Amino acid sequence: MAKVEQRTSLPKGELGDVLREMLLIRRFEEKVEERFRAGELPGFLHVAIGQEASAVGVCRALEDGDVIASTHRAHGHTLAKGTHPNELMSELYGKTEGCSHGYGGSMHLYDIERGNMGANAVIGGGLPHVTGAALAFQMRGEPRVAVAFFGDGATNIGTFHEALNLAQLWTVPAVFVLEDNKWAESTPESQHSPIRDLSERARAFGMKAIKADGQDVEAVYKATRQALDHARSGKGPVFVHLDCVRFHGHYIGDPQVYRDKDEARKLAETRDPIGLLRAKLEVSDDDFAEVDAEVTEIVEAAVEFAKNGTDPAPEDALKNVYA
Amino acid sequence: MPELTYREAVRDALSTAMRQDEDVFIMGEDIAEMGGSMGVTAGMLDEFGKERVRNTPISEMALAGAAIGAAMQGMRPVAEIMYEDFMTLAAEQVVNQAAKLRYMSGGQLTVPVVFRTQGGAGWSPGAQHAQQLEAWFVHIPGLKVVFASTPEDVRGLLWSAIYDDNPVVFFEHRTLYPIKGNVPQEIEPIPIGRARVHRRGEDVTVIATGRLVHESLKAAEEAESEGISVEVVDPRTLQPLDEETLVSSVKKTNRAVVAHEAVTRMGFGAEVAAVLQYQAFDWLDAPIERVGAKFSPLPFAPVMEAFVVPHAEDVLAAIKRTVGKT
Repeated sequence: MAKVEQRTSLPKGELGDVLREMLLIRRFEEKVEERFRAGELPGFLHVAIGQEASAVGVCRALEDGDVIASTHRAHGHTLAKGTHPNELMSELYGKTEGCSHGYGGSMHLYDIERGNMGANAVIGGGLPHVTGAALAFQMRGEPRVAVAFFGDGATNIGTFHEALNLAQLWTVPAVFVLEDNKWAESTPESQHSPIRDLSERARAFGMKAIKADGQDVEAVYKATRQALDHARSGKGPVFVHLDCVRFHGHYIGDPQVYRDKDEARKLAETRDPIGLLRAKLEVSDDDFAEVDAEVTEIVEAAVEFAKNGTDPAPEDALKNVYA
Repeated sequence: MPELTYREAVRDALSTAMRQDEDVFIMGEDIAEMGGSMGVTAGMLDEFGKERVRNTPISEMALAGAAIGAAMQGMRPVAEIMYEDFMTLAAEQVVNQAAKLRYMSGGQLTVPVVFRTQGGAGWSPGAQHAQQLEAWFVHIPGLKVVFASTPEDVRGLLWSAIYDDNPVVFFEHRTLYPIKGNVPQEIEPIPIGRARVHRRGEDVTVIATGRLVHESLKAAEEAESEGISVEVVDPRTLQPLDEETLVSSVKKTNRAVVAHEAVTRMGFGAEVAAVLQYQAFDWLDAPIERVGAKFSPLPFAPVMEAFVVPHAEDVLAAIKRTVGKT
C-alpha cells in the first residue's frame, strides 16, 4: 500500500496493485466475519464488504502528511492508509501488538504515525476533528489536507452540519468523503433523509461538491485528487459524494430482515468494485487466482500473528488514561 | 505585586501564552470584537488578530471538536464555551472524544486542549445560564477539571492547563470576574492537583470551591467571633484531587464541611465526603456536612434564586452543626 506519485489518473500497472489491495481488504474482512462467527473475536464489528473502492481510491490519492478520520466501518480505511494487516488483526483480537494496543478494538482503530486519526464509534464524531486538523495545517502554513470518511446516516447528525459549516467558513484544507451506501444501520435513506441528493447539504454551506461512482476505484481516485488539489491550494474544503454499495449487514451477524435479499445479491453481482476493475483490466482466471492466493496468505498470516500475540495485562487498563 | 481582577488574570494567562507560543490560540463565540460575553478576551483581537482570536458560529459541537482536532495535530487551543450550560452541547466531543482519544489509541495521541467555561448564580438569569456542572466532568476518566477562585489561582492554573497534555475543563465563576487580588509579577504556574489552604484553623475544615471559597471565608470570620476556629481549603483542581491536603487538614480538625454552589445531591462534595470518611474515619468527631444548592433548577425570581443557592450563612450553620452549636 505504498504511496504513489502525484498523478491525475492511475496508470494500468498501478491498477493491478489497486486490485490486489482491494482484494486484500475483501479477504481480510471475510476472514474477520469468519473468525467472529467462530467466536474468536470479541466486541462489535462492522465490515465494509463492497466498499473497498472508496477506501483504496481515496487513500491512494493522498499525499504523505495527509490525515484521515474514519468511522465505525473502518477496517478498509485503516488498511488502505497503510496499517499492516497483522497490526489490524491483532487489534481485533485485543492484543498489545494491535494498532491501538488492545485499547480500541474494531471501532477505535488508530495509527497516528501513518496519519490515521482514528475510527469513531459515534456517528459523525470525527468530523469536527477533521475541520480542526485542517485548521492546524492552515494556521501553520503546511500543505496538508485532512480527510473525513462518513456515511449517509451521518449527514443527519449535528456534528456533520457544524463541522462542514465551520470548515467552509474558515476555508480550511479538508475533504469530506460521503460513502453513501443508502443505509443508516437498518434504516434506508428514504426513511432518514427528506432529500435524495445528499450533496445538496454540502452545497447549502457553499461547499464545492463532486460526485463519483464509489464502486469504480478509478473514479474515486480522480474525484479525490480533484478535491485534494482544490483543498490544498487554499480554495477551501470539498465534499466528495461517493455512490456506494454495502453488500452485507450493518454488523456481523445482522440478519438484515429489513432488506430485500435479492437486491443485495444483485448489487454484489453487478456493482462489485473488485469484479468491475478485474473486468476492465481483463485479468484472467489464473492471474486472479494467483493474486487471490497471495492476499489470502497474507490474511491467514495475520490471523496467526494475532492469535500468537500478547494479551495485555488486565491492570494495563489503567494506563493511558492521562498523558 | 501587581493587582489584577479575576477577569484580567484569565486574560493575562491567555495573552502571555499566546505571545510566547504560536501553537496557542483561542476560539469561541463572540470572543473577538465583542471580547467575549464576560469581557475576558477584550482587546485580544487587536493584539493577536483574527487568526488566533477566532470567532466561531454558535456551534458548540464543532467549536469543541475542531479544538480537539487542532490539538490532535499539535496545537494548544483554548476553546471558550460561553456558559457551562452549553457544555451540555459540547459534551459529546468532550466526554466521548477528548477524554478518550489518548486511551482508545493506546497512548498514541495527546489532546492538549482547554475548554474554558463559566457559570454561577446571583444575577437571576434563570435555569439555563448559571448552572454549576463540574460534577458531570469530574466523573469522566481522561479529563482534568479545574475550578479556580482567586485571580492568582486562575492565572497560574490556566497557564498549567494550557501546557498540560491532557484535555482540561476549566471552570470560572461569573460573579468572581470583578474581584481583585495580588498576583506575582511574572506568571507562576500552579501545579494541577494541588489544593490551597486559605485560612488555618483548628476546629473545623471547610472544603470549598469557586464562589463558596469566598462565602466560606466570610463564614469562618463569623465563626471565629463565636469562638470556632475554621480552616478553609480550596481544592482548586477537582480532578486530580489533592486528597492528601484535604485529609490531613481533617485529621487535624476532626470535622469537615464541604461547600459548593452546585446542587448538593450527587455533587462533587459527595465524593469529597466519601474520600474523607474512608481516609479519616477514625479522626472524625461529627458527620461530614455538605453545603450546596437545593435540588431544583435555578429559578428566575431573585428571592427564589437566593433561596436555592448557598451563602455564607449556610456554611456557618453547617460549621456550627459539626461542633454541636446549633
